[in-house]
Amino acid sequence: MQDTPDHTEILAAVTALLRDEIMPLLSGRPNYQVRVAANALDLVGRQMALQDGFDVAEHERLIELLGRDGDLTALNQALCDAIETNTVTLETPGVREHLWTTTMAKLAVDQPSYARYQAELKNEPA
Amino acid sequence: MVGSLIEGDFSAGLDAVVRRVFPGARMDNLRRLSGGASQETWAFEAVGESGSTPLILRRAPGGERVHDSAVGLEGEAALMRLAGAVGVPEPPVHYVLEPGDGIGRGFVCGFIEGETLGRKIVRDERFAEARKTLAFECGRTMARIHELPLDKLPKLRMATARGRVEEIYTRYKADGRPRPVISLAFEWLRAHAPPEPSAPKLVHGDFRNGNLIVGPDGLRAVLDWEIAHLGDPIEDLGWVCVGPWVFGGIDKPVGGFGTIEQLLDGYKAGGGDDVDPSHIKWWTVLGSTSWGVSCSAMTHTFRDGIEKTADRAMIARRSSENEIDILNLIAPRG
Repeated sequence: MQDTPDHTEILAAVTALLRDEIMPLLSGRPNYQVRVAANALDLVGRQMALQDGFDVAEHERLIELLGRDGDLTALNQALCDAIETNTVTLETPGVREHLWTTTMAKLAVDQPSYARYQAELKNEPA
Repeated sequence: MVGSLIEGDFSAGLDAVVRRVFPGARMDNLRRLSGGASQETWAFEAVGESGSTPLILRRAPGGERVHDSAVGLEGEAALMRLAGAVGVPEPPVHYVLEPGDGIGRGFVCGFIEGETLGRKIVRDERFAEARKTLAFECGRTMARIHELPLDKLPKLRMATARGRVEEIYTRYKADGRPRPVISLAFEWLRAHAPPEPSAPKLVHGDFRNGNLIVGPDGLRAVLDWEIAHLGDPIEDLGWVCVGPWVFGGIDKPVGGFGTIEQLLDGYKAGGGDDVDPSHIKWWTVLGSTSWGVSCSAMTHTFRDGIEKTADRAMIARRSSENEIDILNLIAPRG
């Protein structure tokens, strides 16, 4: 068991340092670069918090859809192959919802402020 | 390449150009502007007895590097002049650099005051009036570009709709990462490809919010002609609607500031043909697919150490924005 404060608390302190103390001292390109760095750390924090749960759920859905097992990359490759040979289409039960759920999970980590994602969140099945 | 040019030589070379093109004036206040990874943009002034004229130099990076598929700086200058002559808002091109100038490839044009940042154009109160007619103006301007006679144009590559799909697909396969939404997009694009136009037209190729100069009075200039080509003109109408270029304004699909109806009204007013909105949608899906594949490919630029920056990594992680835009267009949730 690791000691405290934990990694999420430390990340939050570093992004606060970058945004609240360093950025105001800078203008132009350095200011932009520090903002990107803080945004990147936020992404890392979201990925650490969310990836495991998302990966497990995606893996289960892929096994169900494809009727076979494998790692995430292999199963995604198999799904791509099936789509490109029209063995799987949007009419295949579960496909549309799988693609949406997987894409929403990516956006939750990559870019949760993206307006289309925010709009679709309101559309999520309860 | 001329990347080894030291700043002093560049500055002196530009000063010599200014003295020749604007007799009685000298160059002053030279500064590099931000933005434009594939081209350099410099601002400066020609200062003479009667005052100072703000000017812009667009230059190939390091002086000479021009991407294979790009028009080239001389071609861009020619297109801006031709477009400007038929009512497309363009900065006046004052001079195209020649080898004897010794400062690389590029051109000098007028500085147009206004906003280029898409987010501000979509949100700021000072553009509220301009936004009411901006999509119409974009449509009218595109129609004028598309009607330019081909025999006057510089040499341009030709790109067909189906050819573009396969070119992007090759890049997707080279990237190697399996992305089911992108695979689905290719299937959809192949199944729904529009008929080729009866005659190819000049396509701007990067007509979008972010490449426009906008003032409170409306559209002041269309920039960045570097990937102009011949092909299906509806590509321009689709590209201006691609998700990342609406800067959050998703209720206004045209650049985040207008509607498809306004765009089409303007297109017709500018002399353009009737357009089937599904044809525009096809090019928007292609645009999202293309940009999604390009973002993802930046993982390689990052990992190979060509540009191991946080900035590059974060652009690579914007691939998923395009995936949600694609799903919204071709596989909306019931």
